[in-house]
Amino acid sequence: MCGIAGLISHQRVKENGSRIRQGIVLQNDRGNGLGAGFAAYGIYPDYQKLYAIHVMAVDSGRMMEVKDYLQEHFVIHNLEDIPVWNKKINDHPLVKRFFVEPRASKIQEAPVPVNEDNYTIEKVMGVNDRLEGAFVFSSGKNVGVFKGVGTPADIYDFFCLDDYEGYTWLAHNRFPTNTPGWWGGAHPFNLLDWSIVHNGEISSYGINRRYLEGFGYKCRMQTDSEVVAYLLDLLIRVHGLSIEDATLVLAPPYWSSVEREKDEETMEKLLALKIIYESAMLNGPFAILAGFDEGMFSITDNTKLRPMTVGQSGNYSYFASEVSALYEMEPELEHIVTPRAGQPCVVYLEPEEEQQDAVPAGS
Amino acid sequence: MSQSFVSPATNAQQDPSPRVDPGLRSAYRPVFNLDACDGCGICARECSFNEIRMETRAGEKVPVANGRSCGACHRCEYTCPLGAINIEENKMALRPHAVWKDNAINRIHLQASSGAVALTGLGADSEVPNYFDHILFNACQVTNPSIDPQREPMETITYVGRKAKSFSEITDWQSFRNSLIRLSMPVVFAPMSYGSINLSFQKAMARVAQKKGLLWYSGEGGLHKDLEPYSDCVVLQVASGRFGVSQEYLRAGRAYQIKIGQGAKPGIGGHLPGEKVLEGISETRMIPLHSDAISPAPQHDIYSIEDLRLLIYALKEASGYKPVCVKIAAVHNVAAIASGVVRAGADMIYLDGYRGGSGATPSIVRDNVGIPIELALAVVDQRLREEHIRDQASIVAAGGIRNSADVMKAIALGADVVAIGTACLIACGCHACQRCGSGKCPWGITTNDPVLSQRLDVDWAEERLSNLLEGWHHEMQEIMGLNGIYDLGSFRGNRLILRGVGLNERELSILGIQHAGE
Repeated sequence: MCGIAGLISHQRVKENGSRIRQGIVLQNDRGNGLGAGFAAYGIYPDYQKLYAIHVMAVDSGRMMEVKDYLQEHFVIHNLEDIPVWNKKINDHPLVKRFFVEPRASKIQEAPVPVNEDNYTIEKVMGVNDRLEGAFVFSSGKNVGVFKGVGTPADIYDFFCLDDYEGYTWLAHNRFPTNTPGWWGGAHPFNLLDWSIVHNGEISSYGINRRYLEGFGYKCRMQTDSEVVAYLLDLLIRVHGLSIEDATLVLAPPYWSSVEREKDEETMEKLLALKIIYESAMLNGPFAILAGFDEGMFSITDNTKLRPMTVGQSGNYSYFASEVSALYEMEPELEHIVTPRAGQPCVVYLEPEEEQQDAVPAGS
Repeated sequence: MSQSFVSPATNAQQDPSPRVDPGLRSAYRPVFNLDACDGCGICARECSFNEIRMETRAGEKVPVANGRSCGACHRCEYTCPLGAINIEENKMALRPHAVWKDNAINRIHLQASSGAVALTGLGADSEVPNYFDHILFNACQVTNPSIDPQREPMETITYVGRKAKSFSEITDWQSFRNSLIRLSMPVVFAPMSYGSINLSFQKAMARVAQKKGLLWYSGEGGLHKDLEPYSDCVVLQVASGRFGVSQEYLRAGRAYQIKIGQGAKPGIGGHLPGEKVLEGISETRMIPLHSDAISPAPQHDIYSIEDLRLLIYALKEASGYKPVCVKIAAVHNVAAIASGVVRAGADMIYLDGYRGGSGATPSIVRDNVGIPIELALAVVDQRLREEHIRDQASIVAAGGIRNSADVMKAIALGADVVAIGTACLIACGCHACQRCGSGKCPWGITTNDPVLSQRLDVDWAEERLSNLLEGWHHEMQEIMGLNGIYDLGSFRGNRLILRGVGLNERELSILGIQHAGE
């Protein structure tokens, strides 16, 4: 059991983390103090062209190793401590952030052509794979993940999230059961612009992981949830699927529904996605909320063994494990949607003028 | 008259060194309850190995066993209307010895009397570990709920053939779809040729395959004209003897299989003796009546991987690009071979493991050559993934699959689908007496003798096979459900579901699984 909360301003109106804090703290019973975390989009406007690499390390020696490694592969435009307030949590790793840009020379030298995103992923995986006692937990542009072992309130306060202004916020309250409660295992899991929080257990983890490893991703966080972030990156950024198609891969309809589909083109597509991405399909109980640079979406498993509710009010959408948490974030909700099992719910940020509602896709 | 025609009994009185013939003694015997027996003589007629004859003693007809040819097929036991027969072990009382056990001694006796290669049927009989028995499944407890297949959908639909790495790779839906075959569950009938088995048995498999949406493999004996209605679900084999390969044959099948090797006899060919090449077989194989049907060890137009590629593409061209499957035996370098086969254009790779069955194989080859399917499957799946070509071909795993747990363990190790052969025979009465090559199968399965083969009723065999698969299917769904998985796709290659017991680190690392407790 875990708790999830998310809020998004369609018009990119920024706010600090206080509302998301309320939304997740209300769901205190859904966690056990062994992990909590937040992701916020739009918090680094001054560095929005640079990758914001958040690093945890057990000691300064390890942190130096990471710095040397990053320096070798990136131009570091800024390096700073992530401000923390350690009155309540005193047993914690060192946390720093690096605002970086891939070294052009390295990219040109690469034996096979590589784009900046792929290059950055490879190096992020390189840190997590090779350097003991240190890892990157956030690597996108203009986005930051803040997480650790503690209750949501503790972690929120530890990272001083009142001081950040973002337009998309995700939060998670963890109740680890099958994997250790450690700083790296807390949610959200992030890769580039993808941040995901997950409630449930991914029974397909074994094959999801093997599948991802075939594409060069390295799963080193000792927990099943991280595969979701990497799968999104693979499916959407690398393979070019739309968000909606990616949700069909992760939580596909049953074969029986696909084969009943009357519209031939739809049937062909569903069939092809199911056949090709069999190993990317998620199985087991899950409710997942994913943030990305252009919006936010939720998916659940086909039997909806984990809860997800969505609310909307004005130019805001809210996601949470419990309806009460939606009200906690916005007492004046205009309407509430409870997505059906397996039904994704996608919200896009407004590019310019038009406003979009939280409408379950495929309805 | 030579010595051997003189009966030992007569000879014994005159000759101080009597010609006894050790080895011609059976380790089993029928034991008759003469109080129940009414002398009907059915047992004597049912025993195709002439173990039983009827004698008249004190005015009563009684069955008598000769003690030489009982192979424990249990046919007499089942057919005795009065239940008056039991097959019992009749092992020789040998002084226990760790090396010279009864089978080692018996084998030498047999060969000393015949001077021949000892032939046998079925798959390997040895102490080589059966890794399936050292692997256990996980199950859901608390944190992820198990799913009850009686209440929730539990899907085992499987597509085999050439897939694609990504959705954008599909440019032509029709050709993508044509390269794939839909199966309702991940089990197919292993290739057993018409000749090694009879038409009734093939027809039973073909009917079940068609009704259940599965595949049956023809084996190398061609496609009998009576089975043409079942050609939409048959994988037709092109083997080294090229039996039955005609223009129509190359259009009729759902897919084609090039047979390179067989688990029960890797590296050697096959031989259907002329006396078994009866009318139907001669016609279907397109060879003269009563001529020996020899399948050479290698295909004589395939001496290299490039040659294999030529044949794969020749078959694709001739068949209108139907999927081509290449069957290889699991041998030491199987991962590299499989990789080459996939790169040569195979859409499916059929791995036949050490315990794979045969109608007739030298037992020395059967028991000493090849590697178990579990290991072969694990390394091939891993290798194809590492080389990013796993999507190009499906893996069919075969060789000693006994039950639904073996099937699911193979799927979790990485197989797309599993093939069963021996299990099908057993479903139809076979008791694994391992005399398939004799042509005297008392159950009427591995014989084309016009009288014996009538013992196998097609409808009955169809029902038995259908029941078997039905039962397995339910069990497979249970295993998925108790792991919290509703779609087989998430089970396939999901080795985290498996744990090894009593395996060393090397074995675990080859299988790609953790030890129980980890």
